[in-house]
Amino acid sequence: MIQPAADIPLIAAIAVAFFLVVGSALALIGAIGFVRLPTFYERLHAPTLGTSWGIGGVMVASMIYFSVASSRLVIHEILIGIFVTLTTPITFMLLARAALHRDRAAGSHNVPAKRASEAEERPSA
Amino acid sequence: MSAVIIYTAVAIAQLMLVVAMALASIRMFRGPRAQDRIIGLDTLYINAMLLLVTFGIGTGRVIYFEAALVIGMLGFVATVALAKFLMRGEVIE
Amino acid sequence: MLPYPLLTISLTLMWLLLNGFTLGHLILGALVAVFASWAMASLRPDKPKLRKWHLLPKLFFIVLFDIIRSNIAVAWLILRGRSKNGRPGFLTIPLEIEDRTALAVLAVVLTSTPGSAWLEYDSYDRTILMHVLDVADEAAWIDTIKNRYEKLLMEIFA
Repeated sequence: MIQPAADIPLIAAIAVAFFLVVGSALALIGAIGFVRLPTFYERLHAPTLGTSWGIGGVMVASMIYFSVASSRLVIHEILIGIFVTLTTPITFMLLARAALHRDRAAGSHNVPAKRASEAEERPSA
Repeated sequence: MSAVIIYTAVAIAQLMLVVAMALASIRMFRGPRAQDRIIGLDTLYINAMLLLVTFGIGTGRVIYFEAALVIGMLGFVATVALAKFLMRGEVIE
Repeated sequence: MLPYPLLTISLTLMWLLLNGFTLGHLILGALVAVFASWAMASLRPDKPKLRKWHLLPKLFFIVLFDIIRSNIAVAWLILRGRSKNGRPGFLTIPLEIEDRTALAVLAVVLTSTPGSAWLEYDSYDRTILMHVLDVADEAAWIDTIKNRYEKLLMEIFA
């Protein structure tokens, strides 16, 4: 049974509040950087703030809150944490490679050129 | 006292996450290129997922967790499909 | 009998986390996990060779610590602007590891750390192309990757 928030101990409430605010502040800073940074490759770094400890902070807050409020161990939020930390790098790598491919195809000089060994298309690509 | 602390923190966190979502959608609309828009979408759904978890803390209901999990899984698949489309011009080859 | 013991155990744990711990769910989850690992075996992926799996927690804590550190650094950079000699840039780094799983782990670690992103791997001359947000000291980046991550990964997946 979940108790109302008034009944949980003060120290747990402070911990929940701390992790919640830190996590969402990191997500917000990531979004600010995402709007402010000038080029695509720099912008790629900003959302990882939100997907590493932004997610981590909010999930830890949720775990503490539900564990204390229902007085048993509730850690299923860790699944979201693991899932997101494993999947975000994959999407970002795919997007970065797509962006490189498009920039090279457009003949941009701001990206490193394809090396000679990569000239022919590899089957694994 | 604990209730005040938790509800204030939840309200602050929700405000910050909504602003983050708004910023992500600004980047999504402004572009300038397709890859920027896709990362904007990615940031948008991740922040929406975090917002749902804070709703869960605010109301004390576990059902929001499941919604967040579903958003996370579907968003991943969508972003991968879009990235693949950018790379090749088609999703299924 | 069990082709992927680690996969089976993690699937059972995931089932228990989602459904709550009871004896019935333990049995059901274990059954699902065993069938899923047989299905995985019929796909015949490359089997990763974990030589020293007891070093995995060490890698995990190193990565956790580094992610905290670079979170602070990148948040500072976004809020305050970059330092004088810092600039974003591409780095090409030669690697010695060849194991596919080790490369995948290194890619996930580098990309999920704010401030560095893995762009592509060239299997012909075994170099990676990275983009880093603040390349004040190029040698320091190469040193971190080679000595901090690559050595440990080579030990784990030797």
